[in-house]
Amino acid sequence: MTRVSEHLNQALHDLMESDPSVHLLGEDVSDPYGGAFKVTRGLSGRFGSRVRSTPLSEGAIAGVGAGLALAGDKAIVEIMFADFVALAFDQITNFAAKSTSMYGRPVPVPLVVRCPTGGNRGYGPTHSQNPQKHFIGVPGLSLFEMTPFHDAGELFSRMFGLGRPCLFFEDKVLYTRQMYRTDDLFRFELVDDVARVYLDGAGRPDCTLVTHGGLVHRTLDAMRALLLEDDLICELLVPAQLYPVPHLPGLEDAPHVCVVDDGTEGGTWAAEVATALYPRLWGRLRRPITLINSADGVIPAAPHLEREVLVQADSIRAAVREALS
Amino acid sequence: MIVTAAPPRSPRHALNDGDLRSLLLIRHFERALLRLFEQGVLSGTTHTCLGQEYIPVTLSALLRDDDFVFSNHRGHGHFLARHPDPHGLLAEIMGREGALCGGVGGSQHIYHRRFLSTGVQGESLPVATGVALKLAGTGALACAYIGDGTWGEGAVYEALNMASLWRVPLLVVVEHNGIAQSTPTSAQMAGTIAARAAAFGVRHHHVTSTDVGEIRDALAPLVDAVRAEPSPLVVEFATHRLGPHSKGDDTRPPEEIRRAQESDWYDRHAETDPERFARLDREQRELVERVVAEVSARPLSRPGGAA
Repeated sequence: MTRVSEHLNQALHDLMESDPSVHLLGEDVSDPYGGAFKVTRGLSGRFGSRVRSTPLSEGAIAGVGAGLALAGDKAIVEIMFADFVALAFDQITNFAAKSTSMYGRPVPVPLVVRCPTGGNRGYGPTHSQNPQKHFIGVPGLSLFEMTPFHDAGELFSRMFGLGRPCLFFEDKVLYTRQMYRTDDLFRFELVDDVARVYLDGAGRPDCTLVTHGGLVHRTLDAMRALLLEDDLICELLVPAQLYPVPHLPGLEDAPHVCVVDDGTEGGTWAAEVATALYPRLWGRLRRPITLINSADGVIPAAPHLEREVLVQADSIRAAVREALS
Repeated sequence: MIVTAAPPRSPRHALNDGDLRSLLLIRHFERALLRLFEQGVLSGTTHTCLGQEYIPVTLSALLRDDDFVFSNHRGHGHFLARHPDPHGLLAEIMGREGALCGGVGGSQHIYHRRFLSTGVQGESLPVATGVALKLAGTGALACAYIGDGTWGEGAVYEALNMASLWRVPLLVVVEHNGIAQSTPTSAQMAGTIAARAAAFGVRHHHVTSTDVGEIRDALAPLVDAVRAEPSPLVVEFATHRLGPHSKGDDTRPPEEIRRAQESDWYDRHAETDPERFARLDREQRELVERVVAEVSARPLSRPGGAA
């Protein structure tokens, strides 16, 4: 039984042990603090100056990471709360991502920017967001997200293997959940990059849901209620790579597709997934793909207000029921 | 208003042929670009360094092959002083075969060996700090050219803070020409660059001379210290931009432009050593003319196979 945060921590230990060219930078990442969410615990003691607690300078931290990458090393940069990645937007989009192609030949920039995302912790409007959508469609930039089903070490290897900067989103609530666990009703398997969570022994599902790592448990709660109380069978696809949108397996026979996205409405990842699926599934879909997002509003601090804005299990369940009714 | 133009005086050190060639190559290259724009041959924009050529020429002898150089929008002189390849640079600016970066980057985005330029003000300093972090202890350094206007960007302060905290070999060369595009320094900068450097515990050296040899003598031990300690250093040149910010956009009053011209190195060197100057001046002018003719006749560039 390993919590996601412990799993990530172990993956970072293994990565830095096996590859001496990897550096890790971020605010308060050194021991004994070990990062705001303890994901970097034990690294500074073990790997010395390759692990650096930095000043509060998200833009320059990302730039220093890009510089290390440019000089032939690899860098993992931790943004304490994903909301603050806005401060590094220029370095990530105008320098790190563009540098892979703006010099007329491929320039490798092995840089991973880790961004703890998401709400449901009462941290309020500037410490709770899912900023993935702001980085979709940036040339030279790939987006990944931690899930309970994907080995973090393999994801780090993949991201560095791309030779281009990657944002790696990690939901803060997910940190406290167990790796590789679903629910007593459902099983999971990996089909290429994508985790497929399904009802064991069931036939064709009534609805296939697609979501990102941070929403897995809320979506599973909705799937359980839909099964037990509404008699609807759902299957779930969870890609670790968010953008470019990877191939999502097995949707050809899906009676309905629903994309669940914790980002606020407007210019969303969910819409990007639907854009990728429509040409492929056109002619087979019985109704438009359902897009579920957080409300178009700031994320309040008070739990009862926060709950109303963010995607919850009951809102997923209601949306699926309505689509299939 | 802060007048940053250097006082006119005769050079105390005789320039060697190599330095004079380099100065004149940059001067004629930049003039050729402005002519090509007038002829409608070039697209986009350009930022010439007319009047500031002596800065990268001075630095070139203090830099090693394994140093990284970060340049900005006004970077042709920085490039040519380090890599005398006017064909590759002009091909890049014109989008022709043999372009340094396949024509993708153009005037402001060059990456060649260990020379890299970007077009966003201040963006390069954190990157240079990261490179310097990697170079620390090897004797190599990261050199970043910025202007006086660049000090408006927060990235500069974030980077200086880290560079000082982590003792990295970062050489920041400030080309303080007294004007940021059209805004005089007095209207865009409170305080001084020296005080800014001091606030971060970073050594600062102010250069008012335009004499290549004299500046080099003063800078050599300071640059050695950047490598050996290692530690960051800010070198601020009081310089002058003879030409417009880009092209045809000079809004300065005529007396100010005249004052800039009075401190230009070109006429002074022409007077000091007329015969040699005339010979090398003609040589470099003709070289640039040949480069223009040759590169203009090349087919269009395709990215992917550039140097």
